[in-house]
Amino acid sequence: MRKGIRNWGPPLLLVSPTVVILGIFVYGLIGANVSVSLSDRHSLQPAENFVGLDNYFALFAEERFLHSLYNLGMFTLFFIVGTMVFGFLWAWMLDKGVSAEGVFRSVYLFPMAISFVASGVVWRWLLNSAEGDRASGLNRIFESLGLGFLQNPWWSDPTWGMAAIALPAIWQLSGYVMALFLSGFRGIPEELREAARMDGASEWKLYRHVIFPQLSPVALSALIIVGHMSLKVFDLIMAITKAIYQTEVPATYLWVALTSNDYAKAATIATILLLFVAVLIVPYLIYTARSEKAER
Amino acid sequence: MTITTGIEKKADVAAPPAGARARFRIGRTAKYALLVLFLIVVLMPVYVLVVTSLKPPQDVNPATSWGLPLRWPWESVAPGGPTGFDNWSIAWEALAPAIGRTFLLAIPAALISSFLGSMNGFVLSRWRFPRADWVFTFILFGMFIPYQAIMTPLVQMKTGLGLPSGIGTLLIVHIIYGLPICTLIFRNYYVGIPMELMEASRVDGAGMLRTFGSIVLPLSLPGFVVTIIWQFTSAWNDFLFALFLSNQREGPVSLALNNLAQGAQLANYGAAMAGALLASLPTLVVYIVLGKYFIGGLMSGSVKS
Repeated sequence: MRKGIRNWGPPLLLVSPTVVILGIFVYGLIGANVSVSLSDRHSLQPAENFVGLDNYFALFAEERFLHSLYNLGMFTLFFIVGTMVFGFLWAWMLDKGVSAEGVFRSVYLFPMAISFVASGVVWRWLLNSAEGDRASGLNRIFESLGLGFLQNPWWSDPTWGMAAIALPAIWQLSGYVMALFLSGFRGIPEELREAARMDGASEWKLYRHVIFPQLSPVALSALIIVGHMSLKVFDLIMAITKAIYQTEVPATYLWVALTSNDYAKAATIATILLLFVAVLIVPYLIYTARSEKAER
Repeated sequence: MTITTGIEKKADVAAPPAGARARFRIGRTAKYALLVLFLIVVLMPVYVLVVTSLKPPQDVNPATSWGLPLRWPWESVAPGGPTGFDNWSIAWEALAPAIGRTFLLAIPAALISSFLGSMNGFVLSRWRFPRADWVFTFILFGMFIPYQAIMTPLVQMKTGLGLPSGIGTLLIVHIIYGLPICTLIFRNYYVGIPMELMEASRVDGAGMLRTFGSIVLPLSLPGFVVTIIWQFTSAWNDFLFALFLSNQREGPVSLALNNLAQGAQLANYGAAMAGALLASLPTLVVYIVLGKYFIGGLMSGSVKS
């Protein structure tokens, strides 16, 4: 026992500041947030009453919040599909020995280094909704390429608008997914491919039965990362449209609520957002921890 | 540009029949065409940024938005009128103080979180204690939470403690919320490198701090490069914390840029685009100079090592 403390005491001591800090600033504040969401603090005045889940019921009865959920769903769908498709496609094309691979890789990846605020400046302009003679941005390109029928109002469209907001996000993060897939491709030992070829497997069969299955853990990681980024989307929308109804998602609605000092509402939206992310992340963290333990 | 030797060698090994060879060549041409097409598409927004930033306001017209500037950036439409270069000086004036402040934020945030992360990573991978996995998962969760989930109480806490809206408060916040990712990156890094020396020193009875300081730290440079890049970029590009906890006058560059782009001089697209380029320069330089490690950092950001 004494030996145990001598061995474990110092490492525990070393991580304890981090554990305490995160205990307060992550878990403590999450707790504080939940408790505000259960109160009636709708103004600068301190909360008076515990109101249970009333704020949650009120929010889900609100057309505006449901609209923000619809927008988030739409954005997430297009964002995930877009980044996964382009990320995979680029990695696949680059995997099989391409000259100047470094150039392609660097260019595909560089948007990741730029902030959404900065890229929002140009994308707000590219996604300009004016058509015909007044068209600018992408609509202007379509017009001049003779693809005028592709012109559309982009994010001002109430049904499909959020798909347009996903475009810059896809532009920015496909390279990241590509990098993940590329490391997955590179992690497959050459012998495995050779062995399959020796056995007379066609290229397609090689991919179908050897390479794709090996990539599924990477694909899962990419999906989780992109998915949780999508649920948190905020900067991009603020930069392109500001916090307006048409492109509202829970994260920007929270900003609107907080700036009008409706603390309880902001906290309620935050808790719902956290639950969404937790549903995605917690099983993944448990799965990762388990599979690592198995490897050890 | 020389066409690869790599592919041809592989093709030789496979020795496909003539028909397959021709198909292969067509396939390869199509692949390059596609790769170049994507290259152009990805670079398009950059082209627009650069070109527009060099046009005087009178020349910024939706109809010619994709065209090159009509005149040299130092020439004006009317004598003495605004030029394309004016965009850059307007942007510089609007952003320069904030850019300075953001360096004061991003550099210490990167260094301090990295150092703490390396200690945690070392303990969690190499000097483990019972339930270390639980502690790791406990720390890791902080990386994935939407920061909105803690924002309301954090704003209240800042007000309650009377913290200023300047860089100092943001620095504390970035250090704290950078801990999980730095811990993760270092843990994955230390698991990956063989450290017999460390085991030996442990057997020789060296304490943990001594082992960490004299054996582990000197081997940690690549890990530090990755975490510093990661933290620097995320502190530099952060908008969320800046918006909630700071203000335009004392805040980092993201706020100043947002103000330039959406503020009073709404119509001046040229200056906004010059500003966007200016604000992106430091992270782009990091990306270009340390690109290889940047990719490493992105990989380490995924949970699995």
